[in-house]
Amino acid sequence: MIGQHLPVLQIIVPLIAAPLCILLHRRSPVIGFTILVCWLTFGASLMLLERVLAEGSIVYEMGGWAAPWGIEYRVDALSAFVLVFVSAIGAIVMTYAPRSLVSEIPEARHYLFCSVYLLCLTGLLGIAITGDLFNLFVFLEISALSSYVLIAMGGDRRSLPAAFQYLVMGTIGATFILIGIGLMYMTTGTLNMADMAARLPTSGVRTVLVAFGFLTVGISLKMALFPLHVWLPNAYAYAPSVVTAFLAATATKVSVYIFLRFVFSVFGSEFVFGARALDAILMPLSIAGIFVASTVAIFQTDIKRMLAYSSVAQIGYMTLGISFASVTGLTAGIVHLFNHALMKGGLFMAMGCIMFSLHSVQLEDMRGLGRRMPLTMMAWVIGGLGLIGVPLTVGFVSKWYLIEAALERDWWWVAALLLASSLLALAYVWRVVETAYFREPLDHDGEVREAPLSMLVPTWILIGATIVFGVMTTRSAGVARLAAEVLLGGAP
Amino acid sequence: MTPGSALWWVLALPLGGALAISLLGRRPNVREAATLLTGVALFSLVVSLVPHVRAGERPSVSLVEMFPGLSIEFTLEPLGMLFALVASGLWIVTSVYSIGYMRAHHEANQTRYYVSFAISIFGAMGVALAGNVLTLFVFYEVLTLATYPLVSHAGTEKAMKGARTYLTVLMSTSVGLLLLAVVWTWMVAGTLDFTEGGILAGRTSDGMVVVLLVLYAFGTGKAALMPVHRWLPAAMVAPTPVSALLHAVAVVKAGVFTVLKVVIYVFGLDLLTGTGASVWLMYVAAATILLASLIAMRQDNLKRRLAYSTVSQLSYIVLGAALANASGIIGGGMHIAMHAFGKITLFFCAGAIYVATHKTEISDMRGLGRAMPITMGCFAIGALSVIGLPPTGGTWSKWFLALGAAETGELVLIAVLMISSLLNIAYLMPIPIRGFFSAASGAPERPGIREAPLFCVLPICFTALGCVVLFFFADDVRALLAPLVGA
Repeated sequence: MIGQHLPVLQIIVPLIAAPLCILLHRRSPVIGFTILVCWLTFGASLMLLERVLAEGSIVYEMGGWAAPWGIEYRVDALSAFVLVFVSAIGAIVMTYAPRSLVSEIPEARHYLFCSVYLLCLTGLLGIAITGDLFNLFVFLEISALSSYVLIAMGGDRRSLPAAFQYLVMGTIGATFILIGIGLMYMTTGTLNMADMAARLPTSGVRTVLVAFGFLTVGISLKMALFPLHVWLPNAYAYAPSVVTAFLAATATKVSVYIFLRFVFSVFGSEFVFGARALDAILMPLSIAGIFVASTVAIFQTDIKRMLAYSSVAQIGYMTLGISFASVTGLTAGIVHLFNHALMKGGLFMAMGCIMFSLHSVQLEDMRGLGRRMPLTMMAWVIGGLGLIGVPLTVGFVSKWYLIEAALERDWWWVAALLLASSLLALAYVWRVVETAYFREPLDHDGEVREAPLSMLVPTWILIGATIVFGVMTTRSAGVARLAAEVLLGGAP
Repeated sequence: MTPGSALWWVLALPLGGALAISLLGRRPNVREAATLLTGVALFSLVVSLVPHVRAGERPSVSLVEMFPGLSIEFTLEPLGMLFALVASGLWIVTSVYSIGYMRAHHEANQTRYYVSFAISIFGAMGVALAGNVLTLFVFYEVLTLATYPLVSHAGTEKAMKGARTYLTVLMSTSVGLLLLAVVWTWMVAGTLDFTEGGILAGRTSDGMVVVLLVLYAFGTGKAALMPVHRWLPAAMVAPTPVSALLHAVAVVKAGVFTVLKVVIYVFGLDLLTGTGASVWLMYVAAATILLASLIAMRQDNLKRRLAYSTVSQLSYIVLGAALANASGIIGGGMHIAMHAFGKITLFFCAGAIYVATHKTEISDMRGLGRAMPITMGCFAIGALSVIGLPPTGGTWSKWFLALGAAETGELVLIAVLMISSLLNIAYLMPIPIRGFFSAASGAPERPGIREAPLFCVLPICFTALGCVVLFFFADDVRALLAPLVGA
């Protein structure tokens, strides 16, 4: 009975829990409640993934109204995969949050934080699960509006302009997406994705082309595809650590998911890559993004900002994988969604530990930190090795598939560029390693100590996962390949 | 214990040792005991595997399937056996030496030093046992990263700069070229298993074979083929025991070992001789042999001279691989062991001189033989082995390499080997000769210069003795390697 309603429970549980947080109001019960809800959501997504792997795609009609009149939830391998890692990150980051929040957000506002955090999670999960375009837009707005609030919640005054900048850029993106959806509705008279894919005229309708243009630009803004990434570094650098860890690991990935959905499930890869040759734009932009953002990252002194630029570069790897429009390429792109979520989540959580103990994330202040905070820095180094793509980490798995996809097409120069780009990652990661381990520590006023266990354990869970999934890839790359096959096989 | 489970222990021991060492950081004596115990246990385990390999067994175990159809797996074969023996055996000797050197020097961060050392040995064991190219690549990178803290150990600006060069060259070659070659091989051959006779034959064009060999040869930066040799002189900023074990034995030998493995088991000797795809590599190796020797002659810093000598000697092994005939492979394989003993002796001596006198420049070492006769005597023996003169082991490996060169009919190569031996004499022998027979330069000898501590001198005598012993037991090494070429 419950199993049958899993898809809706996935969304409705955190959605209802959000206002309950406001009612509960008192700090500790609210935080405990939020953590519980996050883990329940994660459990639901795991069960969904198991069912999808066993039985194939699940279709759920909201309120029993059949599509295309009612709203339909549709869980295929890709949705289930995204649901699992978004809810996993949501649960782990929330478990990590309590101590970190105390040092960065006034305690009186913690209940608000929990409420907005759950809303944001609901939005992100909703995007991944829904099969209805307008519903997708609504969830997109829920997650976007709540993330503006989350970013602005920190004590740092610079977070206000950062959130505002994100608000402006995000709204432009959302508006573009809405216009695109409107035009599609005009042409086909339906909002259900599967239905729309079937009714979409195959060629020559200008409205569809315009819609495609609006959607591509809008989604690119949301996923911070170079050169539409300018909102991202400030937003990530000045948000509270918990928020950065959560958003960096989930928000842009879900936007990439939207892109995949539109390209492969609605328009079809034939239209996008065959007739419209989007790959001719997407590939150069991805490669340029990887190189420019990685180079900029090398010169950052604020390490959170450095990691933010690294995120822009890593998104380039995902879109590069997609632009190959082959099963291997898509596998690389999709598995990197997951792999990068683990690495960046772990790295930003380690930065949160550093912020907690050191009250700074400047490179200069991190001198000799390897001895003061050995566990945190070790986690950081392993996460950093993942960004470089060292074997036995998840970064290596992504890179392996990307190179394979490039060589499949005989584009050996793309493979060469890809490999060259990991050296840039080596450069920005190693600045931190050298500083933390081989420079004399500063004389800090108070004794700088290791972060509390409640923060270290969740950090290490994610960092440990980057190694586990770097060695055993059946549950990550295996599912990603399945999702890629479903996507290229047509509508789910 | 079955040979299969012994393979697990060979990998687990140094890793467990690293853990134990890091936990025992507060009690130096117990910590060093842990290092030595791990070393002895590891070496006896490796030795216990020798009869199995001699009997033709190829024990194999698989850890986990990393990509569909591609696992992390370990297989023991003769070449890996030899490398594992050399690396694990000399680790014990180096550990003894490290204790003397590091304490006499009052070095900081000794726990980090011993932990990194154990992890490096773990990497070297993984390289030696690798059952396919992917596993080899994984442990090759482990070795690069684990040795970084050893190179940058001093933490000074100079050490950081050297370590940066070290990491940049090794990472850019391995990630930029080697990884590309690995994935490419996987796409072309559909397998990465080390297979007798190779996996590429009949699966790709002759031109592609050359391209792949270029990627493998230069991608294996640890083999220090010119122009990717710069990391090795840069690594000399490390403490001397590190230069001795890692930059004369484990790391550099992991490089040439990779080249040999790939030539034998990925390309296959028949494919290379049939297509002539490796002829260019013979000449690049020959050029490296000569150029590095010439550069070594101009170095006054002893460790730098030894480093360039290593660059030159490594190319002997690459040359053996490129010859791709029975004598070349046997000679190259033997030179892994022979050069290891010779060069580690020389580095130990350099370290002992530094500990006892704080001298690093060769021009300051005149007359030193009278104050440190054991050290200088052993230096002479090590030098003879590197040059390839009896009664030292180096004689035989160079003999087989010359035979291999003669079989291909490339007379230029034989000439190169001859000239190089002369150059070796020219840059190595003056050091002990002046040490014994020349009066001390400039100011009168500082009184009180004596031999280095016993912990330093004993390992030197041991490895020097090893050079001589190998001269008489070279045929055992040859017999171990014989199955590689089907003999």
